[in-house]
Amino acid sequence: MELYDLSALALAAAIRDRQVGVAEAAGAFLDRIEKTDPAISAFITVDRADAMARAAAAQAAIDAGEATSPLAGVPVGVKDNISVRGLPTSCASKILEGYVPVFDATVTDRLTQAGLVVVGKLNMDEFAMGGSTETGVHGPTRNPWDTARVPGGSSGGSAAAVAAREIPLALGSDTGGSIRQPCAFCGATGLKPTYGAVSRYGLVAYASSLDQIGPIARSVDDCAALLAAISGPDARDSTCVVDAPFAFDQTPDEGLDGMTVGLPRNYFEGGIDGDVKKAVLAAAKQLEALGARVEEFVMPMMEYTVPAYYIIACAEASSNLSRFDGVKYGYRSPKAATLSELYLDTRSEGFGLEVKRRMMLGNFVLSSGYYDAYYKKALQARALIKDAYNALFKKYDLILSPVAPTTAYHLGENLDDPLKMYMGDIYTVPVNLAGLPAVAMPCGFDGQGLPVGFQLVGDTFAEPLLIRAGRAYQRVTAHHLKQPGREAE
Amino acid sequence: MQIDGALIAYLEDLSRLSLSDAEKTRLAGDLTAIVGYMAKLDELDTAGVPERSHPFDHTNAFRADVVGDSFDRALILRNAPDAGDEAFRVPKTVE
Repeated sequence: MELYDLSALALAAAIRDRQVGVAEAAGAFLDRIEKTDPAISAFITVDRADAMARAAAAQAAIDAGEATSPLAGVPVGVKDNISVRGLPTSCASKILEGYVPVFDATVTDRLTQAGLVVVGKLNMDEFAMGGSTETGVHGPTRNPWDTARVPGGSSGGSAAAVAAREIPLALGSDTGGSIRQPCAFCGATGLKPTYGAVSRYGLVAYASSLDQIGPIARSVDDCAALLAAISGPDARDSTCVVDAPFAFDQTPDEGLDGMTVGLPRNYFEGGIDGDVKKAVLAAAKQLEALGARVEEFVMPMMEYTVPAYYIIACAEASSNLSRFDGVKYGYRSPKAATLSELYLDTRSEGFGLEVKRRMMLGNFVLSSGYYDAYYKKALQARALIKDAYNALFKKYDLILSPVAPTTAYHLGENLDDPLKMYMGDIYTVPVNLAGLPAVAMPCGFDGQGLPVGFQLVGDTFAEPLLIRAGRAYQRVTAHHLKQPGREAE
Repeated sequence: MQIDGALIAYLEDLSRLSLSDAEKTRLAGDLTAIVGYMAKLDELDTAGVPERSHPFDHTNAFRADVVGDSFDRALILRNAPDAGDEAFRVPKTVE
């Protein structure tokens, strides 16, 4: 067995017991990245010297008894929209070319304090706007199960790297499904925390009322441990919730007895792929066999969530992305002669087409004459979606659903049809609009051997319930243990 | 609704973008399709429904007003495309 086959928690235990050194672990994964990443392109930046210096510091902290986290010493990859001091942060965009943050994001700080070792930055859709990790300036990431296919997105680099065992843990961000959907496409496990559970300080903003950073790993156990390390109040993010149960890794192993799980019947009609439907319904049966009561219901508001999400997300993005002006950092157009040309030329040359599309859309829905019909209407729809979830969580502890209507599609297949791409977010975006936590994990494979994922959605700060249920599921199933290229179903 | 050339020009201005002709044609088509789909929300009866701009009803949280370290100016300026005299340098803005 290779080091990269160990779970993150098992690797940390081996490091604690002095069977493995932190530098040895970091070196093993750096070698693995060197070998397998050329075919996948999950990483944008890998700096071996920087990673080995971080490993030495982590080993010293462990030896001194300062880093006592259950994950101390484990290598981790970070999505390229999260600041790591000294490593380029590009958001996969030309407009951030050459930018090296002078500060750590709060989550990066917490990784370091917990003794984890950042080994590199992971590819994504430009500014996290997309579901396929194809739109970035560094080129696409490929799905490790079939390199002709996309890994999903926007945290496609994070999910692909974890699935390919290039890294045991990664951070992603989820604005409308960007952790969960790539996990489903790559056969990884990922958790989108409750809005406000994890600080957004140092996360380059896409849509501030929806963005959350969360863990990606090969199991719920590893995700829970990473979430425990990064979550909690932060004075630098005023939207961080202060009074929540953050000891997610302490969740008791109580199984599913007495749990009621809602199954939205209308999520399984219409455009969903037959193999996806079959695998997700089998997961529901499995939860039932584990003691949960599964009840079907009709999810209200289903057809309104994607329009509401894109109006709100694009509106917030059009405001957030106005900070990129070619003055303070990143790319500046060489041909601009005046200040207004500097803004125009820098932004026009620096942003890719999908980012431009969303900024134009955001400015449209916010502009005079259209604001009431689109933006205001979307905020009201958001209120109705939140109310609908509030009513559902009076009846159900968790809601089980698909993550995406299909498995991973071919590179380039949906790039020319943005609307089709947006429709693929139907199962994930309502969760962000309501600020809820959700965990996605593999539940089988389709006829072509591609992973299928399902998600469990909980009420605000129900992460312990998600972890309890996900852990119980993974104890009796093996889908999350499968590895691309090594074994078939 | 149809997103026409005049509206595209207005949105370019609001977005501080200058699109190529190919991008203009492409985005006019894309935005017309996307906005048409968004009009689905018209069906929804939202009379009396409050606007929710945030997942929770939090009021703003303020941190303690304590003096802390600032970032090092030289370090920050190292990221600037052009800098000089301890400042960001941009083309002349006033005659």
